[in-house]
Amino acid sequence: MIFAVLLPLVFALLVPTISKIKYKVHTGIFVVFIPLGIFLYFLSFIGKDFSAVRHTYNWIPSLNINLDFYLDGLSLLFVLLISGIGTLVVFYSIYYLHISEKLGHFYVYLLMFMTAMLGVVLSDNVFVLYTFWELTSISSFLLIGFWHHRERSRYGAQKSMLITIFGGLSMLGGLVLLSVITGTTSIRSMIDQVDVIVNSGYMPLILVFILLGAFTKSAQFPFHIWLPDAMEAPTPVSAYLHSATMVKAGIYLVARFLPIFVVYEWFFISVSLVGIVTLVWASYMAVRQTDLKGILAFSTISQLGMIMAMLGFGTEVAVFAAVFHILNHATFKGSLFMIAGIIDHETGTRDIRKLGGLLTFMPISATLALFGTFSMAGIPLPFLNGFYSKELFFKATTLLNENSNSIASFLSEAIPYLAVFGSIFTFVYSMYFFFGVFTGPKKLKLLPKKPHEAPIGMLISPIVLVFGVIIIGLFPNLVNGSLLTHAAHAITNSNFEIEPVVFWHGLIPAFKMTLVVVGVGIILFLTRKKWSNIYKAIPGKLSLNKTYDMIIGKTDEYSAKITNSYMTGSLKLYMSIILATIIIFTFTVMFASGGFKNISFGDLAEVEIVDIAIVLIMVLAAICTIFVNNKLALIIITGIVGFGISILFVVFRAPDLALTQLVVETVSMALFLLAYYHLPELQKRNESVSTSITNLFLAVGTGVLITMVGIAAHSSDWFKTISDYFVETSYSLGGGNNIVNVILVDMRGLDTLFEITVLGIAALAIYSLIKVRKDKEAD
Amino acid sequence: MEYIILILAGILFATAIYNILQKQLLRIIIGTVLLSHGAHLVILTMGKLKRGNPPILDESVTNYTDPLPQALILTSIVISFGITSLLLVLSYRTAKENNTDNMEEMRGESNE
Repeated sequence: MIFAVLLPLVFALLVPTISKIKYKVHTGIFVVFIPLGIFLYFLSFIGKDFSAVRHTYNWIPSLNINLDFYLDGLSLLFVLLISGIGTLVVFYSIYYLHISEKLGHFYVYLLMFMTAMLGVVLSDNVFVLYTFWELTSISSFLLIGFWHHRERSRYGAQKSMLITIFGGLSMLGGLVLLSVITGTTSIRSMIDQVDVIVNSGYMPLILVFILLGAFTKSAQFPFHIWLPDAMEAPTPVSAYLHSATMVKAGIYLVARFLPIFVVYEWFFISVSLVGIVTLVWASYMAVRQTDLKGILAFSTISQLGMIMAMLGFGTEVAVFAAVFHILNHATFKGSLFMIAGIIDHETGTRDIRKLGGLLTFMPISATLALFGTFSMAGIPLPFLNGFYSKELFFKATTLLNENSNSIASFLSEAIPYLAVFGSIFTFVYSMYFFFGVFTGPKKLKLLPKKPHEAPIGMLISPIVLVFGVIIIGLFPNLVNGSLLTHAAHAITNSNFEIEPVVFWHGLIPAFKMTLVVVGVGIILFLTRKKWSNIYKAIPGKLSLNKTYDMIIGKTDEYSAKITNSYMTGSLKLYMSIILATIIIFTFTVMFASGGFKNISFGDLAEVEIVDIAIVLIMVLAAICTIFVNNKLALIIITGIVGFGISILFVVFRAPDLALTQLVVETVSMALFLLAYYHLPELQKRNESVSTSITNLFLAVGTGVLITMVGIAAHSSDWFKTISDYFVETSYSLGGGNNIVNVILVDMRGLDTLFEITVLGIAALAIYSLIKVRKDKEAD
Repeated sequence: MEYIILILAGILFATAIYNILQKQLLRIIIGTVLLSHGAHLVILTMGKLKRGNPPILDESVTNYTDPLPQALILTSIVISFGITSLLLVLSYRTAKENNTDNMEEMRGESNE
């Protein structure tokens, strides 16, 4: 299974090479075989006696993060959608994307997405799932911004990225909580420990975190605003990522964790409410759109809301209806996106106000759109799959679980009405899409191109999808036993009975609801001109997009302000901030951990008068460096400190150090005096009192810190000295009596080599600083 | 003795930091010189002071001062010498090119 998941990613490595010959062979022709192969591989799992398969590959076993692929009914449904629709979309893109486009980039992103999406629906390990989840966000970002020369594309890409990654991070929080509570990273094992999770007290937090991830990804109200802007992507991408697969990842996530959440009352309330509100709001918004892809985008949002609501109901009939609708939605919405792409391609516009009467020019596309839109509207005809799942949805709204919670029971009462209300608008925009484009007066003058039917290659993919619509419509039980039943069982984690889907149930409430939808829908559609003012007035200025833009704009503004407040270009300020941080943090940690407590005054060397004298001279000299305003004096005083150190080295029995320090100090002095001639004279320190105090605080703070840490370190006996080793082996290993020299040239010879290198580089730099001039006038 | 030297190191650090926080290049360089002196003393003290003969092997001696800090400091002295001379030449060139040795005046135009 790992090969199936990683195949697209591996093949993506070859795509840049293949795309070099794109003028001879369209890159898509090679790519199409990848999803096709994966589709055929997973197709072999289908069957009545399917049972879950698990393949595990070690990745980071020490952290319990492994590539744990678990294929059950739900995953199977999704992988078939991903690879199946993927095949059709890649095939369609061969005709949609012109050779002059950056095909290499496009297919690399698309293949990357395929791997990511397959990984999301197959991973049983929550952290692997999260990794793949974010990878889908990234590839979606790249694909939306594919035409990055357009400002709207970049805007849409950034928007989708910010919203979905925000949700992804929140989801990670939920997943971490889950794995900490249950002590496992496997979703299956988590589901087995439902009691532990429910009793942990973290349930509300987990629910909020995970649902935020699901709602942002599946474009639920109020996070749906990224999806319409994502329509800037090339149409194959919209059909694939933003309708059939990626936006269903949120649905998948909720379905996957359903057995954990369903016992919790607030799961029903939050998911059903958000789902139903999304359904109503987005289908209303879809009616207002004039862009074909805009209509489809809001339509997708509302259908996702509907599926989400059904999962929120959590009843058996609702779960089955949700699974059924995931499949149906992919077929009819996929084909409609492709039709919208064809119309755009052949007429040069997607603005429905400029389109009309295309039936005579594009009869095949029109026929396909007829099936797609009528199925989407849920018109009761026995060859449209949309009707079946729509009616199951209505049925589910009337058969909700009994609730003790008053909010939940109120919601249960309201849901059937809201469902009908939202579906009326679904009906209206579906009709508007079909009749607005294909019938009515021809407006050829408004069109940038003269319309004609699409090439046959472009029509094949939507034909296959519409064929799916009809087949599922005619024989709804064909996919029922072998695929949908397993998926529904996988969601609820139980083997409940599923009634066969039939066209005619009798006059049950659900059918009456359908009749209301169709009846009111027809009236609204026929009188739509009268309603247009209302559509324009609501929601008017109350736009979520403006809120989003404001948040992004203000964040930019304030972060720029904050950064500019300390990134002033003054090195002194940076230095002060760094020092203050060091002082505050080290002192805090030392005091908090009791580092200064055990100061011992034993085990100290004796003090002699000479030592004290040297130390006092050095202290005096060091302090004088601050107050001296003559550069010659400053240099000489610094020299006193340096020579004082070398005398201390003599006192402390370090002859090599004393010698080196003496030589270095002498040469340094010479250098200073050489440079002294060229450097400007020192000025008096004319700084403000507050600056002086800050500097003093930082200087004294650092000094005290060093002394105290040094004393604390000296008092501790945590580690034994390692010097004995050098004393013992200096002669036997290094062949030298001077231990310090043996350490330097033998034991740590490489260190010394690099030290010499550093000196060499410094010497080169000094030489070039002095000798090299822009105008070649060395002085 | 050790604690006295540590206090001396602390004072060297404090004066070093105070000099580094000044505006003139020469003061800043002097600050770095003092800083390395202070660091050397801290390292030396970590191996304890005056605990035996100089670390040169002799059959009659059994007790030596810790050679390891000395080796580390020897490396450090040479490196800080390199840094000091580079800084010195760099500041001399910078002062020549910009006609100033004041850090605040070298921040560039957008901050003036």
